[in-house]
Amino acid sequence: MKFLSYRNSINSNRKWALFAAYGCLIFFVIFFLFPPYYMLITSLKTNKEIAELSTNPWLIKQGLTLEHYKYLFTETPFLIFFKNTIIVTISVVIISMVISVLAAYSLSRLRFWGSGVLATGIFLTYLVPDTLLFIPLFKIVGWLGLLNSYWVLVLVYPTLSVPFCTWLMIGYFSSIPKEIDEAALIDGANHMQMLLKVFIPVAMPGLIAATIFAFTVSWAGFLYPLAFIYSETEMVLTVGTVTTLIKGDVFHWGGLMAGALLAAAPPVIVYAFLMDYYIAGLTSGATKG
Amino acid sequence: MKINNLFVWLKQKPRIAFFMCLPLILMVACLIIYPFFYSIFLATLNKAETKFVGLANFLFLFKRETFWLVVQQSIFFALVAVFFKALIGFIAAHSINELPSKGQRKWRGMLLIPWVIPPALSTLGWWWLFEPTYSALNWLLEKLSVDAIPWLSETFWARFSIILVNIWVGAPFFLIMYLAALKSIPEDLYEAASIDGANYWQKLFFITLPMMKNIISITILFSIIVTFANFDIVRVLTRGGPIDTTHLFATYAFRVGIESGDIPLGAAVSLFMFPVLAVLSFIILRNVRKRTNEV
Repeated sequence: MKFLSYRNSINSNRKWALFAAYGCLIFFVIFFLFPPYYMLITSLKTNKEIAELSTNPWLIKQGLTLEHYKYLFTETPFLIFFKNTIIVTISVVIISMVISVLAAYSLSRLRFWGSGVLATGIFLTYLVPDTLLFIPLFKIVGWLGLLNSYWVLVLVYPTLSVPFCTWLMIGYFSSIPKEIDEAALIDGANHMQMLLKVFIPVAMPGLIAATIFAFTVSWAGFLYPLAFIYSETEMVLTVGTVTTLIKGDVFHWGGLMAGALLAAAPPVIVYAFLMDYYIAGLTSGATKG
Repeated sequence: MKINNLFVWLKQKPRIAFFMCLPLILMVACLIIYPFFYSIFLATLNKAETKFVGLANFLFLFKRETFWLVVQQSIFFALVAVFFKALIGFIAAHSINELPSKGQRKWRGMLLIPWVIPPALSTLGWWWLFEPTYSALNWLLEKLSVDAIPWLSETFWARFSIILVNIWVGAPFFLIMYLAALKSIPEDLYEAASIDGANYWQKLFFITLPMMKNIISITILFSIIVTFANFDIVRVLTRGGPIDTTHLFATYAFRVGIESGDIPLGAAVSLFMFPVLAVLSFIILRNVRKRTNEV
């Protein structure tokens, strides 16, 4: 009898906790999703309706239109921004992964003088924000003649992506049992074969997480392109959308929101499919130690 | 024969190890360490970069009222924003963890959207929400018979808006970290506590929080660094205005160094971030090490 009432109180407690949890989550979902919702709504409204002050701005009443998207593709250099961003991002991802996988293999399996210090140093460089070094880098890329070219981003973005990617890969590589490399070494594999045929396939989830990180850094970067690039033909999506689409006295709010949404679409799509890998990678340090 | 020797030399284990790290070492040396020291050197030059002026740039900043505003605003902004990010992240993670496990992924996915959109672009959406004439937020307030809020044109509200957007962008990161940490707490601890008659709050304060202590502190410290060094949100929303009252170190350094062309002074401004970042990084490193040793 006593046990039963104890069970009941647990059940009613659980019920209340669940109720409260849903309440909080609904509130947070509204808070987190209303800005993108409003951006989408604006991008689909006619200019006339956007300028209307009396109607409810949160709804579309005068019909959907794709004119802002059309405007974006035909009258602005948006597609050039998109192309530049893709070139920069693919290059940065490849460079980041090559540098960090090589270094992580070496730091997790081989030892050399100073390797321990280097591993700690990499973690610290991950904590260096882009806002600390953009001014000296502005001078340095100027000497290299890279100012106002999107290739400058291919040079500087890896400084933001490589430290975390290396750190992540060290963690994944270290969790591979040592017996596996011994077996491979006995079979006569050299380090390159071991890395390509054993480590990379086994640590694939980590590799995917690191790739997504490098992709995100490169796609979302704002300060470096804003500081180093000023021609429209060289701009990437973030800066291009924020600076060139705002020009003039009349704001093209519809076009601006359409641009921001399209520019944000690739990362959102990547995350929708690969979120679990990325979160596992990001939090592996948190839960595994 | 000689080339053969070279291969033998290269094939020794420590050398291979070193060469595999070489691209990383070169990158860090040329594009992180060198720029850092070069930045210190730059900060000691005059505006035309022709003359060594010692600490004159730093002393000049100390006498500027705007600079002290930037210091205050950066610290205030980082502390308030991180506090709310941590709180919202914790409540959201806890709520998701309460749900039946098959519904959790869906809610988590929805709540991560602000974190997935590049901040410069989502801030553009907020900017439009804050727009003085068309502000959709003010439209809602008007329906509730509240006066329109000058979101970005008055200092108090501009600071409020920037913090709000930063919380919006950053809270999901806390959510992810906390959710992972919550999942790693063994379920039997809670069961044992229930049998001993512990209530919800007792479980929270005596099991959940102590088990998550380390993750909470690492995430908060990391977030303070990122928030303190923030650039995108302020740049897109206010560009430091009204009258320089919302500048952070990064946006002020950009204004002075890149837009006004005084590179040495800009370098000096961003160098002021370094002591704060260094101290926080040191503490994070210590925590991470401690955690690694625990496991």
